[in-house]
Amino acid sequence: MALKMVKGSIDRMFDKNLQDLVRGIRNHKEDEAKYISQCIDEIKQELKQDNIAVKANAVCKLTYLQMLGYDISWAAFNIIEVMSASKFTFKRIGYLAASQCFHEGTDVIMLTTNQIRKDLSSPSQYDTGVALTGLSCFVTPDLARDLANDIMTLMSHTKPYIRKKAVLIMYKVFLKYPESLRPAFPRLKEKLEDPDPGVQSAAVNVICELARRNPKNYLSLAPLFFKLMTSSTNNWVLIKIIKLFGALTPLEPRLGKKLIEPLTNLIHSHLGSLGARMRLVLPAPRSSGSGCRPGLALCVQAPKPVRALKYLGLLAMSKILRTHPKSVQAHKDLVLQCLDDKDESIRLRALDLLYGMVSKKNLVEIVKKLMSHVDKAEGTTYRDELLTKIIDICSQCNYQHITNFQWYISVLVELTRLEGTRHGHLIAAQMLDVAIRVKAIRKFAVSQMSALLDSAHLVASSTQRNGICEVLYAAAWICGEFSEHLQEPHQTLEAMLRPKVTTLPGHIQAVYVQNVVKLYASILQQKEQAAEPEAAQDVTQLMVDRLPQFVQSADLEVQERASCILQLVKHIQKLQAKDVPVAEEVSALFAGELNPVAPKAQKKVPVPEGLDLDAWINEPPSDSESEDEKPKAIFHEEEPRPAKPRQPEADEEELARRREARKQEQANNPFYIKSSPSPQKRYQDMPGVEHIPVVQIDLSVPLKVPGKYLLEKDRKKKKKKDKEKKGKPRRHSSLHTESDEDIAPAQQVDIVTEEMPENALPSDEDDKDPNDPYRALDIDLDKPLADSEKLPVQKHRNTDTSKSPEKEDVPIVEKKVKKPKKKEKKHREKEREKREKGKEQKEVRPRLFPATWGLPLRLPCHVCSSAWLTGPASQATCLLSRPSLCHSLQGTTGRKSLTVNPDLVGLFQKSSKHRKKKHKKEKEERSKDKKKSKKKKPPSDEAAEPVENGALDEDPLPVRGTSLASHGPETYDIQGSLQKDSQVTVSVVLENQSSSFLKSMELNVLDSLNTKLARPEGSSVHDGVPVPFQLPPGISNEAQFVFTIQSIVMAQKLKGTLSFIAKNDEGSTHEKLDFKLHFSCTSYLVTTPCYSDAFAKLLESGDLSMSSIKVDGISMSFQNLLAKICFHHHFSGKRWGVALNACAVGEKSVSVDGKCSDSTLLSNVLEEMRATLAKC
Amino acid sequence: FTLPVDRVGFFGSPSLSTFDISEDTQQQIIRETFHLVSKRDENVCNFLEGGLLIGGSDNKLIYRHYATLYFVFCVDSSESELGILDLIQVFVETLDKCFENVCELDLIFHVDKVHNILAEMVMGGMVLETNMNEIVTQIDAQNKLEKSEAGLAGAPARAVSAVKNMNLPEIPRNINIGDISIKVPNLPSFK
Repeated sequence: MALKMVKGSIDRMFDKNLQDLVRGIRNHKEDEAKYISQCIDEIKQELKQDNIAVKANAVCKLTYLQMLGYDISWAAFNIIEVMSASKFTFKRIGYLAASQCFHEGTDVIMLTTNQIRKDLSSPSQYDTGVALTGLSCFVTPDLARDLANDIMTLMSHTKPYIRKKAVLIMYKVFLKYPESLRPAFPRLKEKLEDPDPGVQSAAVNVICELARRNPKNYLSLAPLFFKLMTSSTNNWVLIKIIKLFGALTPLEPRLGKKLIEPLTNLIHSHLGSLGARMRLVLPAPRSSGSGCRPGLALCVQAPKPVRALKYLGLLAMSKILRTHPKSVQAHKDLVLQCLDDKDESIRLRALDLLYGMVSKKNLVEIVKKLMSHVDKAEGTTYRDELLTKIIDICSQCNYQHITNFQWYISVLVELTRLEGTRHGHLIAAQMLDVAIRVKAIRKFAVSQMSALLDSAHLVASSTQRNGICEVLYAAAWICGEFSEHLQEPHQTLEAMLRPKVTTLPGHIQAVYVQNVVKLYASILQQKEQAAEPEAAQDVTQLMVDRLPQFVQSADLEVQERASCILQLVKHIQKLQAKDVPVAEEVSALFAGELNPVAPKAQKKVPVPEGLDLDAWINEPPSDSESEDEKPKAIFHEEEPRPAKPRQPEADEEELARRREARKQEQANNPFYIKSSPSPQKRYQDMPGVEHIPVVQIDLSVPLKVPGKYLLEKDRKKKKKKDKEKKGKPRRHSSLHTESDEDIAPAQQVDIVTEEMPENALPSDEDDKDPNDPYRALDIDLDKPLADSEKLPVQKHRNTDTSKSPEKEDVPIVEKKVKKPKKKEKKHREKEREKREKGKEQKEVRPRLFPATWGLPLRLPCHVCSSAWLTGPASQATCLLSRPSLCHSLQGTTGRKSLTVNPDLVGLFQKSSKHRKKKHKKEKEERSKDKKKSKKKKPPSDEAAEPVENGALDEDPLPVRGTSLASHGPETYDIQGSLQKDSQVTVSVVLENQSSSFLKSMELNVLDSLNTKLARPEGSSVHDGVPVPFQLPPGISNEAQFVFTIQSIVMAQKLKGTLSFIAKNDEGSTHEKLDFKLHFSCTSYLVTTPCYSDAFAKLLESGDLSMSSIKVDGISMSFQNLLAKICFHHHFSGKRWGVALNACAVGEKSVSVDGKCSDSTLLSNVLEEMRATLAKC
Repeated sequence: FTLPVDRVGFFGSPSLSTFDISEDTQQQIIRETFHLVSKRDENVCNFLEGGLLIGGSDNKLIYRHYATLYFVFCVDSSESELGILDLIQVFVETLDKCFENVCELDLIFHVDKVHNILAEMVMGGMVLETNMNEIVTQIDAQNKLEKSEAGLAGAPARAVSAVKNMNLPEIPRNINIGDISIKVPNLPSFK
């Protein structure tokens, strides 16, 4: 007592910690629940405090309580609080609690995203590690999407500890967010060759998991794994790889052969340790099949010493069984021995094996053995397992191993003696199936079934043990349906009408009622034929007496059937009293035969030609109509909403006609027959051989043949039909192995195969479960990544700040670019060099790919390969680097020449410091008509001034939009430079081609909403901007004008005038020259070199819209074309990005893909591109 | 792919990772697993075919029995059975190292630490690390970090808990410590 007080006071002084809680719970064994609820109250108090240490302590205790099975989801928010603590100690507690109690449905989980992201990027590797561990337990699709990229980055963390966790968690991410698989896969693949064994094994682990579900996508990795397998010494990795190969070999047979040698080596090298060997052998058989035969024998011997190995040996055998049944069958005795093992797991394994080992010869023996086990078996689960196995074994492959169905029926009947099994319905189903499909057995079956019905034990035990009485369902049905085979129908009838029957479950009673009538009908017929009207009336009387007990049944189905039949029987009684023969009519009720239908039959009914299931039968109501109706429907519920206009009432005649048509159709449709009670009758009406129904196929096929698969049957259906027409049952040649042939069938039995519609496709695609979560991961990994597949990144435009890493390298690249005609080989060599360099200096690598791009048509494949070597980064690089290829095409009238812009080198150097520009190809237009309008002087033919590249050097951000205004004496080249965010500088080169002296030049432009000329302060919009120089004849000079641009997404054309005074010998004239300034979208674009990473991230982020164009009929070489198209990479003026990506498609067409945050801009840019291309 | 881990003693501490299960089902799983495992003979094999309870026939229970403790792992067919047996061995040896001669009480009173160790080995149901030295190194480093964070502030708390332990000598009452020397059977070593 005193002790308790002491403890209590200490408790008050210090919060209980986990140990105290555990101790307390153990001390309160008798009132644990009460104690814990008290503790939870305390914890709630603690959680309210501000001190994070107290909270963490509370959460820690909660975690323990959760383990004991108490719900702690109410504390989810507190857990998150603890997770966000700055100290590792608390963080770890928080994440542990989260991993225990968070699941997909936890709503606060979305609050954790940023916290986790923060922890992932924490400088402490343990913070990151603990976050990864936690995340792996509660990752949701949302979290996966948001964090995929962060985890990707962690995959190349410097610490192997983080790397391996990041790699492993990727699998979870893939599961939840399958879109991430393709972008992440290249990096995952890199990790296979990670220097750290832990990371390597994690990567192998992940890929094996992926490949297990969808092996075919990973075939290309086989060589890599092969190398790993031969070099790795880590057993975990080896096992995984062998398992992986196990999945791959079925898809690629050659692999199996290759594997044999290393595998046998492995097996031998592990000979010393049985355990290790077994581990390796286990998955191997599937992969190398015959190669492991020698190992197999050892497997089987191995089970003796160690239990675990015995189990595994059996497991391995069952795997081999699938491919090499023969080699396993040799060990039948051993397996049968295992059945006697006291270990249930081993027995179950052995049972599995037996399934595959049975043949006609040994079936009876094996089943006998199993039956004896059934009797001995103590646990119900094991006994049930035995029972299902017996049935499985016997019924497998369409009863192909059963030679004697009488024997099988007796086995089934014997099984019904089992009490308390859950599998009564299985036995019942087997009985029905056999009785229906094996005609010859019916007589025997019926006699057995009537015995079953007679025997009281089933009915007696039915109330307690509901499992086995299912058999009665089958028994009653068989006796009723095949009542003509009954020896003593009267006795059976009485058995079925016993009062005890009413204790059976409703659905069985219903079957009883129905089949009583069948039985009755056949008795009636017998009696009438025997001319014993008295006896017939007795039977009727019996029915009338006994049926009311069913009418009172609580089960609706039973009640309905019973009352209906009771009336029928009463009516018959009346007729009998008048001595009217009724037997014919009564038995006509049940004429015809029921045939088994394959489960898939309905699905396989081919859609008749011309039938469109999606088409409306009637015109759908117009929208307005239904809208009008809707409110109505709310208030007048009794009015059905006219989704379809009501059918006009068909008159009698119409109905009759339709009925006739339907009959006709049904008769023509062989599949309909199954549900119709008396098919024969209808056939009689139907002339013509083509109407011979499939249902009627009853070939007297000897027993050897029955092992026919359904699909096979489909193929043979036509044949069968022919045979039937000829009326000559023909024997099929046996499909079985010689060993089976010497067994004479006990009786001639034919097995009617299940019905399948004609034309049914032998496809099994319906076996796939559409809900399989792994299907989402069935992704082709060898396709190059599309831009749209990049991982989403949450980023704020940090691309602008990126710097180009290695100045020195850039010029080299550029030089290469300048000589695109160099041999490809050289390029590739250099590229390789570059790549190697890139490895040393991570950042550099991406930038070096432009070399590749100098090659004309090889590009696509080249890009693919390189992209896959380095992953998304390099893909991004290719895009990125293309701008550096920008050649400026300086065209003049009638002449196009390709010149490499000598300026690029300089530009790139600069670009390493600032973001830089790149320009657009210049469009030189000459508006000759305008010149003509001037007519003063003939249009000059001189080439346009090449762009002054020097100017670019001085100006860090020039965009050169060229447009042109040409006036007789002058050539105006207009270069737009983007200087500030929203300003464009237009440089106009004015050349005086006349002999006049030009002065007082003023340029004025009609401002548009979007584009305005920047004028000196104080001047109005109508004032021109003076040109600050004069032009003597033959002299050119450049003037710059600044325009303010509001929006860059649209191309602009501005009209402007240049007024000047031309002074010549004859005096001076005031003249005006009109021109148009064309601001194309592309001229706004500025290239910003940025890191490949940043660029990749940008592309990955979902906020870029994408579109592409394709232009056909390009006759130019790609090289020229490439020169002609200048790629615009990044526009920095506003915060928009444009990325363009072009590739040659085929010989004559080019497709250009673009990505941009603004779709209007993108489409305009692409439109301009198209126009340019069209001119080529 | 999943390797939910249950440890079943007379306390169960599942770190089930993939089942979205309620606490009730979780407890039921533990109870049934314990029931299944504990009634098995000492000399039968260490595998149990999965029932519906643990997610279908693809899953197996693989367990090892150490004195009064059962270590049960539930794995699917992608894991090698013997591999998991070794993993359990590694786990126990790691526990042994981290607790310096582990005994049942350690596991009972330091569930959180056990979890942390497990987290270094198995992550999200997948085997993360099988090298014991590596695991121990990481655990030690984390503990060190924890201690440095606690610093002086942690000292009184530790002292108090030590006092508490002394005050309550009846704790180990119903635990038979004698049994708990965990034998480490000689399986062919995995590494």
